[in-house]
Amino acid sequence: MATLARAPRERLEAAIASLAPTPQWERLRGPEAGMVMVRGRMGSVGGAFNLGEMTVARCAVRLDDGRVGHAYRAGRDLRAAELAAVLDACALGPGLPASLAAALAAMDAAEDAARDDRSRRAAATRVDFYGMVRMG
Amino acid sequence: MSSVDGLSPGFTAPVEDQQACFRAVLEATSRPGTIVTLAGPTRPPAPLGGAMAAVALTLVDADTPLWLDDAIMAGAAPSWLRFHCGCRLVADPSSAVFAFAADAAALPPLSRFFAGTDEYPDRGATIVVAVAALGEGHRLTLTGPGIAGTAMIATTGLQKGFAAMRAANHRLFPRGVDVILVAGNRLVSLPRSTTVSSPEG
Repeated sequence: MATLARAPRERLEAAIASLAPTPQWERLRGPEAGMVMVRGRMGSVGGAFNLGEMTVARCAVRLDDGRVGHAYRAGRDLRAAELAAVLDACALGPGLPASLAAALAAMDAAEDAARDDRSRRAAATRVDFYGMVRMG
Repeated sequence: MSSVDGLSPGFTAPVEDQQACFRAVLEATSRPGTIVTLAGPTRPPAPLGGAMAAVALTLVDADTPLWLDDAIMAGAAPSWLRFHCGCRLVADPSSAVFAFAADAAALPPLSRFFAGTDEYPDRGATIVVAVAALGEGHRLTLTGPGIAGTAMIATTGLQKGFAAMRAANHRLFPRGVDVILVAGNRLVSLPRSTTVSSPEG
């Protein structure tokens, strides 16, 4: 579900297209966009405080065979939320379709690669204050 | 996921449908005894009728603890209500803000529901009761605000002591519970200010 929540819409479209037969679904709720309050705790302890609100698109769908999928995604892309919910439902139960498994793995890999790339670019600009430490 | 397998959609156009339903319930409550027809969701889970499901989708939310009778608790309706309304289900009638009963004959005495306080009488519970039919059967005479003279409604399936329970509820005024009777897609409202008497005993 986290993978589907972060994957770009094009990858979701491609994953749906790769499924055979193409899933048929009906909308139980949404897709709709709204605000959720993000809460936090200082250092994961102490009292909860409201960090701020963020925009979230959510959707719940039911496939023809009765499986129900849910999706919550940051932003207002309603189509992506609906696709993510459909894929979530398809991934339920025994027998994950091979094409879906491959698509999910590819989404995971792409996300990891993007994170690596970001950390590498950040690492390239790191400054180590050796001198300060030795002088201190 | 088995608890949500029987889910069916709520309103097709949530905002417009909720507004239309709210307006209809307001109309019915302003003129007790008037039967209004609601456009409910297409496939509400049994035993919820169209009007009962529409009232739930319109008025019940996370801030309104909901009590359900045994007939509703038995089916897929509790998970449907939790999903679409996000409400909390309570087992004790006296802690509920809304109460839904699909079996009118087994309705607990109205005195078991929360009737509000003298400071906040508006917090009294609203009880939605499904009856077998509206417009035919046992006749009840209504008087009170919103009614010119007297009004008459006929219902089938309401328990015999209903008029007496309403009289006891009326004596609490301004406290008290409000009752909504539904049958299929039709609804009639009996707010606490309405006096209900049964000419046929």
